[in-house]
Amino acid sequence: MNLHAVRAIYAFEMARTRRTLFQSIVSPVISTSLYFVVFGAAIGSRISEVDGITYGAFIVPGLIMLSLLTQSVSNASFGIYFPKFTGTIYELLSAPVSYFEIVVSYVGAAATKSILLGTIILVTAELFVSVRIDHPVWMVLFLVLTAVTFSLLGFIIGVWADNFEKLQFVPLIIITPLTFLGGSFYSIHMLPPFWQSVTLLNPVFYLVSGFRWSFYSLADVGVSISVAMTFVFLAICLVIVAWIFRTGYRIKT
Amino acid sequence: MQSVISVSNLSKTYASGLHALKNINLEIRSGEIFALLGPNGAGKTTLISTICGIVNPTQGSVTVAGHDIIKDYRATRSLIGLVPQELTTDSFETVWATVSFSRGLFGKAPNPAHLEKILRELSLWAKKDSKIMTLSGGMKRRLLIAKALSHEPRILFLDEPTAGVDVELRRDMWELVRTLRSTGVTIILTTHYIDEAEEMADRIGVISNGEIILVEEKTALMHKLGKKQLTLQLQHALVSMPESLAAYHLSLASDGNELIYTYDSQTELTNIPGLLKALNDAGIAFKDLHTTQSSLEDIFVNLVRKEP
Repeated sequence: MNLHAVRAIYAFEMARTRRTLFQSIVSPVISTSLYFVVFGAAIGSRISEVDGITYGAFIVPGLIMLSLLTQSVSNASFGIYFPKFTGTIYELLSAPVSYFEIVVSYVGAAATKSILLGTIILVTAELFVSVRIDHPVWMVLFLVLTAVTFSLLGFIIGVWADNFEKLQFVPLIIITPLTFLGGSFYSIHMLPPFWQSVTLLNPVFYLVSGFRWSFYSLADVGVSISVAMTFVFLAICLVIVAWIFRTGYRIKT
Repeated sequence: MQSVISVSNLSKTYASGLHALKNINLEIRSGEIFALLGPNGAGKTTLISTICGIVNPTQGSVTVAGHDIIKDYRATRSLIGLVPQELTTDSFETVWATVSFSRGLFGKAPNPAHLEKILRELSLWAKKDSKIMTLSGGMKRRLLIAKALSHEPRILFLDEPTAGVDVELRRDMWELVRTLRSTGVTIILTTHYIDEAEEMADRIGVISNGEIILVEEKTALMHKLGKKQLTLQLQHALVSMPESLAAYHLSLASDGNELIYTYDSQTELTNIPGLLKALNDAGIAFKDLHTTQSSLEDIFVNLVRKEP
């Protein structure tokens, strides 16, 4: 194991985060505050409660998930896409590092950043509503697993993308809609039966449900299903990453 | 001398169908400066990239210090430093951060003293805290060399190191390469500047259309393929060549004012005395003479032109 390399890549990626620290912290704080103003205060005042939880508090796990998913994907995809774009990837490919080490360092750095963001959003949310965390260990587990899984997905997108449009495309067209429609802002019991069934096809729904359960012991599906689904996504992403490196897909000619 | 890189039957066909390398066999000796010469698109960069692990070979094998580049990639890659042709850098990083990154990436523990030494040698120390985007082209080129040297490689690949570099920097770079060689580093450089190969290399390989068409000691190559020309400046212009001189295949130049005799410098008997005697017999007097030897450039152009 080339630990010096893992440390070097991780530190490099985190330095990129530090350079954009202001933007990294301020933008989630502002967007979270906006969500609370719009959904929590304006609209939420008419919804009052969902399953015994005030609407403002109810949307906190979903909001964190929304940021966690989009940020994990965009951090990790950018992290690996940029060296491809500038050509500096030559150094990575000629270095004595294994594919495992490359993935661990890039995905680790991207996941670290989105976990930090998730924490910042949680703290910001505390300013608006009182948040209760019934199962802190599970909360952290979901947070970490989701960040890692979607950073892996981001890594895959970064490898696949050969222009900036593609890099933006997946987060914008796929991740954000799936999160919004995955019950971030509502319980699926509020939907007509047909749309409830459709929602069950949305992978993000299981993550939001499990994550919300760790806060309020409320879930749309059993928590074990949520955990299982999280591991399924993780496994799918790992298989794709393994395939990428075995074939050198879009990295090596 | 012991060989440090062994390329056997190496071929590379890109997905596009481009047959970039065709059955390459090449031995690089430990401690030498080897110049890989070839026109653009000949396969120089593909060959280097394959040895360094950036391009997957289609066929054949490469060993570096006895280790296979695929099975034992950690061993081979940690021995190699690569300076790419393109100025690819992380614009937003500082000089210091990027050389530290390179050292770590190649599995070496931090060593600020070593990095300082390299940056000083490459006149980059004053810029160590500057962002890379503020550096000039020449500085970026040196920075790429510093990155490659940061992990103390035993083999250094320089892909077109002096492309687009001014004369002074070119001299500096050559000096640096010589210094490195004196510490035992093996250097492989690709270039299409013939004078660079002529100036630097111990041995020269010529690659054309994905094939190594020649590998030779530089001096032997120049000796072997070098043609010499004897130019005689005549006192009176000749209108036509006298019959008695036909055997020498002379040519007339400068409106008949110069006679040119081309001969192979390797042949023991150049037959210059015979020619001079024949001139004397024919009553042709000359006022001056000089000889010229073909440069590596002429040799190279001849070699590559022979290829279909």
